[in-house]
Amino acid sequence: MMINPAGRVTQGQFSFLPDLTDDEITLQIQYGLDRGYAWSVEYTDDPHPRNTYWEMYGNPMFDIADAAGVLGEVRNCRKTFPQHYIRLMAFDNTRGIESIVMSFIVNRPTSEPGFNIQRQEIAGRQMRYTTRGYAADKPEGTRYE
Amino acid sequence: MTMTDSADTPLPPRDLRQLLADADVSAVLDQLDRELVGLAPVKRRIREIAAFLLVTKARQQLGLDADPPSLHMCFTGNPGTGKTTVAMRMAKILHRLGYVRKGHVVAVTRDDLVGQYIGHTAPKTKEVLKKAMGGVLFIDEAYYLYRPENERDYGQESIEILLQVMESQRDDLVVILAGYADRMQTFFSSNPGMASRIAHNIDFPDYQPDELLQIADLMLEQQHYALSDDARVTLQEYIARRLEQPHFANARSIRNAIDRARLRHASRLVDRAHAGDALTADDFRQINAADLRASRVFQQPPEPSA
Repeated sequence: MMINPAGRVTQGQFSFLPDLTDDEITLQIQYGLDRGYAWSVEYTDDPHPRNTYWEMYGNPMFDIADAAGVLGEVRNCRKTFPQHYIRLMAFDNTRGIESIVMSFIVNRPTSEPGFNIQRQEIAGRQMRYTTRGYAADKPEGTRYE
Repeated sequence: MTMTDSADTPLPPRDLRQLLADADVSAVLDQLDRELVGLAPVKRRIREIAAFLLVTKARQQLGLDADPPSLHMCFTGNPGTGKTTVAMRMAKILHRLGYVRKGHVVAVTRDDLVGQYIGHTAPKTKEVLKKAMGGVLFIDEAYYLYRPENERDYGQESIEILLQVMESQRDDLVVILAGYADRMQTFFSSNPGMASRIAHNIDFPDYQPDELLQIADLMLEQQHYALSDDARVTLQEYIARRLEQPHFANARSIRNAIDRARLRHASRLVDRAHAGDALTADDFRQINAADLRASRVFQQPPEPSA
């Protein structure tokens, strides 16, 4: 069975769709801004499903009115890390929510080899599973070159 | 897939009147006329700019103009002549005409743009630019960005980032620089790149004494106060005397004078209440000559020249 037929990491919103264009990203950003969310940009070259915290690209952006400011930051991040995964996250600071309410990938490396699943048989024929990215063998920063 | 787009057939010419009605700019311009006293040359220039932008928009729809016009402006004038207020209105006009998407104003000074140490300026300036995207960035006393006496000053770095954004993101952001005329002139002569990117220069004249009195009336009316007849005469005299003194800041000085008169008015009422007087609604509304007469301005003898 093929686990990753499209050869793509699927994390966050819209990840089963074709990549969003910048115009579509702008619309999403503006939607969030209109609801008072603070956007932030994060990047990583270790997209393991359990790697929750990616590197922050700059601070979260509060007090922004227009999507152009956030999109500019995404573009800068793409320029700096063209072969990394980059995601946009929206933080809702409403009391009682205070968490990330939107998150989607806005940049991917050209080739995504996917993940290997390792099965280890232990006592009593029990199975243990380990997920490991094929690209994770290489040192950080050179994984998707 | 069918081709529905008809790029080569020109759009029908649109009625300029229709465009004017759609943008609803005249409401903002009329409000500008009504709420701002004096400033005739400024209002004329703003009407010109609004007309130009409207025509440019019509031309764009006809396919005659391709590039968005440069809209960065420079407001010069003495303090208190209404530069910030006009910038707010300008943002509204630009928003109505569709030249900025949000129409908010981010007002900053040197402190908000320039950092304290190496590497601090660029993120700070970019942060401000991000916030101003889709609106107007109003830089008050912009000449402080450039300090020729210190060649390692970080202001230059800020200017370079500003210039780059002013050029490449014209449709995202409009920059308005403001400050004293003579110092702006020096600033532009040492930063020709900045001067060449400013499309409109608007000079704000000082107010005449009768205009200042009108401004005072307008301010008091907004705060639901009224001048008694002798207070009006006293205020005229106050303005005449205040104009002779240094650090006169036009409408701002008038605002301060009114605020201080309100303080004296309040303490006068409290004293009367202590004395057992019955106060009427008019007492609460009316500012007397005595409230103004107590000002420091009247304690100095008038200039012998007058």
